[in-house]
Amino acid sequence: MASFSPMKHAISLGVLLALLWWCLSGYPKPLLLGLGLGSVLFTVWFAHRLDVVDHESHPLHISGALLAYWGRLTLEIVRSSAQVIGMILSPKPAIAPYFLRVKVGQPSDLGKVILGNSITLTPGTVTVLVNGDEFLVHALSPASGNGVRDGELDRLIPDDCERPA
Amino acid sequence: MSLAHLFSTVLLGTGAAMLIIGSVGINRFPHFYSRLHAAGVVDTVAAGLFLAGLALYFDPGLVTVKLLLVFVFLLFTSPTACHALARAAYSSGLREPAAGDDR
Repeated sequence: MASFSPMKHAISLGVLLALLWWCLSGYPKPLLLGLGLGSVLFTVWFAHRLDVVDHESHPLHISGALLAYWGRLTLEIVRSSAQVIGMILSPKPAIAPYFLRVKVGQPSDLGKVILGNSITLTPGTVTVLVNGDEFLVHALSPASGNGVRDGELDRLIPDDCERPA
Repeated sequence: MSLAHLFSTVLLGTGAAMLIIGSVGINRFPHFYSRLHAAGVVDTVAAGLFLAGLALYFDPGLVTVKLLLVFVFLLFTSPTACHALARAAYSSGLREPAAGDDR
């Protein structure tokens, strides 16, 4: 991890938590703002003490690219939902459920989690097992499964760290 | 009825339709794993349409941000729950009865 700095992550966590507090409360009263500040500071200190603020729980280095990825994922979800809805509504559903094993290119645990969740989030495919760099995926039909086999989402996930060439 | 309310009605109506379609799918599809996929439509599309419809119904403000937060949390929790179900089923030995899988 090239650019990991605990201070930068602590500050960013604090700012995010403060924003979250403000969005959920919305009352500009000194007492509530003070309580919010106290909670945020305590949480940041506690998270730091637990040693859970790192590049995995708080992927600062790829967050911008992740937003773009989410946009692409939304498109994918809409496309495959249309497929699944068509299958549900057809008089004779053309489903041919099967398991497939795919090798994934994600080098890091974080990348694998993002990919696994994306596959599950896309209707028609569910990640069943993750074993090293091999995913066991259940697909509703080859039409759904082929997208996973082609590894389109796999290539779109922003690099967590340098990928072996 | 303002334009925003009109859009909101359309989104909520579509969301409700997706909810029903997903439920029909859960009943129509055979076996455990196929039903998971039908439930996935409800998880993502129906929930997304509902939250978008609600966001348009209220004036833009903190409510919009809260609804967006609900959606983001859903995007993280629903696949986790779905994966946990599938993994538990697979680990307990449940397999697809139909032929044609490449295990």
